[in-house]
Order: sequence, then C-alpha cells, then structure tokens
Amino acid sequence: MTNQSTLHPDVVAFIEECLGREHPESFLMAVLHKVQDYYGFLSQAHMYEVAQRLQVPTSTVSGVSTFYHFFRLKPRGKYAISVCLGTACFVKGADNILEAFKTELGIELGETTKDGLYSLENTRCLGVCGLAPVVTINDKVFSQVTPQQVPEILNRVLSQDTEKTAPTPA
Amino acid sequence: MGNTLRKFNQVKQSLLEERARHYDEAKTVIQVGSATCENAAGAEDVRAEFEKLLKASGRDDILIRQTGCTGRCSQEPIVGVFVPNQFPFKYEKMTVAKVQDIFQQHVLGGQPVVELILDKKTSILYSRVVTFSSLSTVSTGLPSKWAPIFQERLKAQGLPVDTIRAFTGGCLGLYPAGEEGDRVGMMVFPEKVIYAFSTEQELDQIIQSHFIENKTFESLLVKVDPLINRFFSLYGDVAFFNKQTRLTLRNSGIIDPESLADYIANDGFEALAMVLSKNDPQYVIEEISRSGLRGRGGGGYPTGRKWQDATTSPDPERYVVCNADEGDPGAYMDRSTLEGDPYSIIHGMALGAFAIGARQGYLYVRAEYPLAIKRLENAIAQCREANLLGTNILDSGFDFDLEIRLGAGAFVCGEETALMYSIEGKRGQPRLRPPYPTQSGLWGHPTVINNVETWANVPVIIQHGADWFARIGTESSKGTKVFALAGKIKNSGLVEVPMGTTLKEIIYHIGGGVPEGRSLKAVQTGGPSGGCLPASMIHTPVDYESLQQAGSIMGSGGMIVLDDQDCMVAVSKFFLEFTQDESCGKCVPCREGTLRMLEILRRITDGRGVMEDLDKLERLGRLIQKTSLCGLGQTAPNPVLSALKNFREEFEVHIREKRCPTQKCSQLIKYEINPDKCTGCTLCARRCPVGCISGTARQPHVIDQERCIKCGECFNVCKFDAVNKR
Repeated sequence: MTNQSTLHPDVVAFIEECLGREHPESFLMAVLHKVQDYYGFLSQAHMYEVAQRLQVPTSTVSGVSTFYHFFRLKPRGKYAISVCLGTACFVKGADNILEAFKTELGIELGETTKDGLYSLENTRCLGVCGLAPVVTINDKVFSQVTPQQVPEILNRVLSQDTEKTAPTPA
Repeated sequence: MGNTLRKFNQVKQSLLEERARHYDEAKTVIQVGSATCENAAGAEDVRAEFEKLLKASGRDDILIRQTGCTGRCSQEPIVGVFVPNQFPFKYEKMTVAKVQDIFQQHVLGGQPVVELILDKKTSILYSRVVTFSSLSTVSTGLPSKWAPIFQERLKAQGLPVDTIRAFTGGCLGLYPAGEEGDRVGMMVFPEKVIYAFSTEQELDQIIQSHFIENKTFESLLVKVDPLINRFFSLYGDVAFFNKQTRLTLRNSGIIDPESLADYIANDGFEALAMVLSKNDPQYVIEEISRSGLRGRGGGGYPTGRKWQDATTSPDPERYVVCNADEGDPGAYMDRSTLEGDPYSIIHGMALGAFAIGARQGYLYVRAEYPLAIKRLENAIAQCREANLLGTNILDSGFDFDLEIRLGAGAFVCGEETALMYSIEGKRGQPRLRPPYPTQSGLWGHPTVINNVETWANVPVIIQHGADWFARIGTESSKGTKVFALAGKIKNSGLVEVPMGTTLKEIIYHIGGGVPEGRSLKAVQTGGPSGGCLPASMIHTPVDYESLQQAGSIMGSGGMIVLDDQDCMVAVSKFFLEFTQDESCGKCVPCREGTLRMLEILRRITDGRGVMEDLDKLERLGRLIQKTSLCGLGQTAPNPVLSALKNFREEFEVHIREKRCPTQKCSQLIKYEINPDKCTGCTLCARRCPVGCISGTARQPHVIDQERCIKCGECFNVCKFDAVNKR
C-alpha cells in the first residue's frame, strides 16, 4: 500500500481500528460517513483509497456510496440549504419554499451555485414536524418558514459571514 | 444468584449517591427541554440565558436541568420551574426575553408568570386543578358528566369556583376494563392524589374533606400505579398530557437523557437485575408473549413469538437489533424516544438479548438524527461503566454489548432484510423471506429485529408484569401506541394513547382539532405505506385490525391531519413520489410499477388525465401490492388506492373539468386579470418571468393563457387584488 495517503490521518486510524474488529468490511458505511465528515463529499480518489485500506472491492464502495442518498459524490456549497419535504412540511407548503429557493438562487435541486456558496438539497423529514415547514442551512434550523422569508433568510446567512466567499477547494 | 441483586444495589447506590451530590429535591429546579425539536425552537439560547442569570444571582440552591421532549411540539421550547412545595409550573414558547421575567418573578420571587404558562387560556392562577378520568384503560364516557356537577357543588358550598379548574381527562389505566364499575377517577393537583367515587354523596364527602378541611379523604383514595403517576405528577394538570397514557414515553420530559443515574432513580434497570437474578430466559419470553406486545414498527407481529422463533435455531450465535431507521416522513416518535430516554431502549435490548441468548446487539440509527446518536453513544458508555453492558453483567455471567450503526438515508433500510445488509456494510436491498431473520439474519445467524417503541415497552412489561400490560388496549392489540400528530392540527406533537382510542379522541380531544376554522378532510396514518381515511371514518379505533379494515394501517405512528384545503390527488402523488424515489430497484413491480403510477398521477395533476387512468391506477396498484418483493413495494400503492376509494370524485374533477378544487395542483390553476380592478400599473407585466402579460400603462392587462406557466407571480405582486386564481 502506498504511503502517500490522500485521506486524513484520523480516517486512516479509524480504518485501522475497524480492521482489528470482527466483520471489518461491515464498517464500510461508517468509514464513508467519516470521509464525508472531513471532506463534505466522497471523491473518486478517497473511495479508491477506502477500498484499498479496508480491503473491499472498489465496486462495493462505489455500489454503497451511490445507493445511499446521504452520501454525496460532488462537493457541496459552503452553505447547504436543505428543504424538508416530509409529509408534515409538504402539507404546510414546503414545495413553495423549495420553489422560492430555486428562484432566488437560480439553481435546481441538487445543484450548487457557481460561486460555491450555496447548494440546494432536500431532506425527507427531520422529525421536527411540529415546527413545519422546516429548512436547515448547515446545522441551523429555520422553522415555520414562508416563501416570503426566503430572501431574508439568505441575507441573514450571508450577513453573518465575514468572508462572503466560498473556501477554495482543497 | 443473590450476587446479581447485591451487585445491582451497589451500582444503584453509587449512582444515586453521585446524583445526590448535584441533585436535591429541596432545591428549585429549572428544567429546560433539550431535543432536536426543542433546540430548533430555540431551547439552547433559553438555557444559556437561565445559566447566565443564575450565575449572576449567585444562588446555589437553584438547579438547571435538561430533559427530553415532552411531545408538546407546537408550544416549544418548554421550561418547567419546580419550586419545592409549589405546583410544577411549565412555560411555553420560551424566548430569551421571557427568561428574564420568569427568572426574576418566579425563580427568585416565587410568583409564577401566569400569562406564559403552558396551555393556559385564562389569566387566572388556579389554586387547584381537578381532572375526572376513567380509572381503567378504556374511556367510558362516564367522567365527562362530573366536571360540571363538581363545579356546581363547589358553588353550593360557597367555594371559589374561579380558582379551581375542572376538566375531563383520559384513562388512568389502574384497573382492567370493566372492573372499575361506575366509579370515576378524580385527580387533584397540586396534591397529586387520586380519588375513586361513583355517587354525588361521595363527591360531597371529598369536597368537604379535601377542599374545605384541607384533609385527604382516605377512604376513597386510590393507590396509584407509580409509572403513570410519575409523569402525571409533573404534567397531569395540562389537558394535552392528561388524556394520554404514557408507557413508551414514560421518562421523556422527566429524566435527564444524559444521566444514567436519573434513569436508575426512575426504576431503571430494575427489570434486568430481576431477570438476571432469576436466570430464566424462558420466563422473559413467556412474559412478553403473555403481554400481547406486538411489533410497533407497523407490521404488528407478536414480539414474544418472534423471540421464541429465534431460540429454536441450534445456532448459538444470535443477535438483537433495534430498528431506529425511522424513515416514514412525518413521523418522529422514535427520534423523541431515543433523545428523551435512550436507556429504556438499551434496557429493553439487554432483556431481549438475555431471553434469546444473544451477546451482541446493534442499533441501526438514521444518520439524520445526530442528537439521538450522541445520546445513545453517551448512554452506552455510561452503561458499560456501570457494568450494565459488557462482560459478566452484574456478576450474572451474562455478556452483552451494543454497537451503533448509522444508516445513510435509504428508506428501504427500514425493511428488516435490507437493514441487515446495511449493517453488514452492503447496499440495503431486501431479499425474499423466508428464511426470516430469526432463522438466518445477520451474517447468517438468528437475529431478532424490533423497532424502538417495541424495545422501549419491554422493561415496563417485565417490571410490572404481563397481566398489568395486557389490561391496556383492546382484545387483540395490547398496550399503547405513540403517534406523531402533525399537519393541519392545533396541538401538533407526540401523543401516546391506549390501543382502541378513536381517531376522533386523538384529533379533537388531544390534538385540539383543525385550526383556523377549517374542517377536517382526511387523516393519513402509516405514512407512505398507509392510507387516507376520510373524516366520516373518524370513529375508527386505533388498533392493528380496525385500521386495516378501514383501509389504512397502523404503521409506525405517523398521523397527518389534512383539512379542506388539501388536495388528495396531490397528497397521493406526494407519497408515491417518495416511495418511487426510495424504491431500491431490485424488483420490477416496485421499480417500474410505481414509476408508471406516478406518471399517471402527474398526467392527472397536469391536466392531461383521462378517465381510464383511474382504472389503470387501481389495476397497477393491486398488481404491485401482490408481486413486489418487500414491504416497501407491497404497500407503496396504499396511499393512492385508499385516496381513490375514498375521494374518487376529486380525481374525476381533475380529469373531467381540468380543475383542482383546492388549487394545489399548480398546472390546473388559471390566473386571470379582472379588468374592473386592474389599474394598469404594469407591475405584473414587468414581473412575469415569461412575459405573457400584455397591456399598456393605465389600461387593463391580459394574461396569455397559452404561454402562462402558472407560477403565480402576478397573483402575488398585484396590489389591487385584480388577479383572480381559480
């Protein structure tokens, strides 16, 4: 195995730990979660290295990473806007909120703005139905959102950002 | 085996001593809700503000504690202020600004801030709250007549009626149904005593003694079951809670979900210690079988039988799994349980593992629930440290440990065979059954998979006995069920009721009905696998069989209330879009069939539907039900088929008249400019994204219907109300 790792040392250490346990291959998803925590998405290079280190076929890594919605194969914007499209949010008009974000940002669902600042995603129920409709931006939750509030929410996010630019990709 | 009990008592003692060092009943407690929902509503800021004020005050006789979510979602964040010897006050919709008032006036000054109290509809500060409830586990209708009689009697005695609140509660669950006769339960706060009476004479005696002489009237006093009483003693004065029976959620809102000592102080792990000292796995299986507990994930398979099945295999390597992949959109019972009381799940799984002879368990949790994961990790670590997990648990020789495995946003992984593949690190695609997991599960070994709510019921059953549990609920559905009440409902939140409670009681008596003067149109239970029941079926009791007969399913507990502004075609389409998207693609009926159904529904909502489409939908739906590989496909057509059955005319209007009666289907909406109202301000023409509005300034404008994309921008921007939508 090559010494030149593209993975963060913590991830490598975690894989080593998994290899020492029963059914090491069953930790594939846990490893991919960890990679995504560090890099925001799963790149080809990272998936290849995970396969090597965990000793599972690359096809399995690829199969798992494309099967589960939670794993992203493309980099995400600095601000990940996630509109909840669970049932409670839907009956309270979440589709209109999604439309408002699309119009305001000029992107479709699953896309990232050209400046790399925002990406637009949806989620199937965050389990906070009592506060529907709900939008999350990174870890912040916005509850009982109306389409009219969308520009203001985006402004608020940007006004709290001192750099106002996306980080250059690593 | 006496060692085990001795060891448990040691563990308990040391945890309780540790707890006593920072928790003291004699202190004033500020209890702040802490759960995903509470935090989304701003609970963290509220807590930080209390901490700041407490520090500034320099008082060391006041405690700030956290607790899980009580389920009163629409009023969150909720803060409890418990001053010794005072009514336990709860405040709703807390903000940082309100903290100041409550801290100064109530925490320091001892005077409750009446206008901020949870569910308070008046400005009166009641001296006592009295609820009349059924003593058994079924509501009898008897209690409702007593509240007015009670108030009359008070008046006749010259007592202050205004400051004593009386209302009808739910079921106390103290006696088997029928055994209470015509007696009614009367709970009095803040004394937290329960009387049982049946005549007006007896009521008078209670009033004379309790309300005039301030003495408990011993001869009619009921010795209350400690389990229900604990929750009621903190929350029983609130109508929303009083009408519930809390077993699964018994600790949510009471214990600190990050403190094992708190769980232990509330009977935690008593059942495990008892069972381990008995050392009879079969006893556990028999108790669970006799209790009548059925799987709460929706299928309703008898839990005891499942466990028994797993023990018949000669394979000694066995596993227990908790299915916490709560993927049903609109349901969050499991999240709340995991966040509010993670120890109960661990406790239940340890009991199950002992019963079937498993040494390893897995918790499969949605990655979307970070707080639940954090609390489970913490709880597992604490349990290991206290020798409640790990090797030689409580010196009994029983080894059991737990591991958390994260899902990654695949709804199909809630299906048990898919879930097992996912735990094994593979794509979560279901396989044919049999063999069932109890014969060949994780890595080919016998595996018992139950969901969060099922596991949470296990310790209660073992501790209080199968007979006690079997009293609650109906003949074939025992115990309680937690529902996540959401949608067009006044009190959205978590509701736990005895099986057999009617939809009407849940929606109107607990949920407070449909807000904004709208009328109830349908109730959706069981999420994407369930069905829509029309308002006319509101008397349906919630149990496995009744809901199925009515054309829906119990499901995992999502209950979405729809009002007259909701379009049933759009709702059907919503669910089908979900299942279509989540179909794993392994079997053709589900992968292709749901897509064809969705195409038909899209046609209908786009105004291109034909009448034959309805028959096609039905035929295709039945075919998918019969031929799909797993539960996802077999139930995917349910929302559409039930809507077609109960709301067929609405589908027909979409097709025949190309019209959506509730104006939800955007492609069927028509925007027109009323020439009488239009001032020719040109605003709509300038805003129209496709430039299909024409007209000269100060002259009425016209929308070109051919080019209109129905975005509604003109309707939204018109300042003169001149754009009609129909």
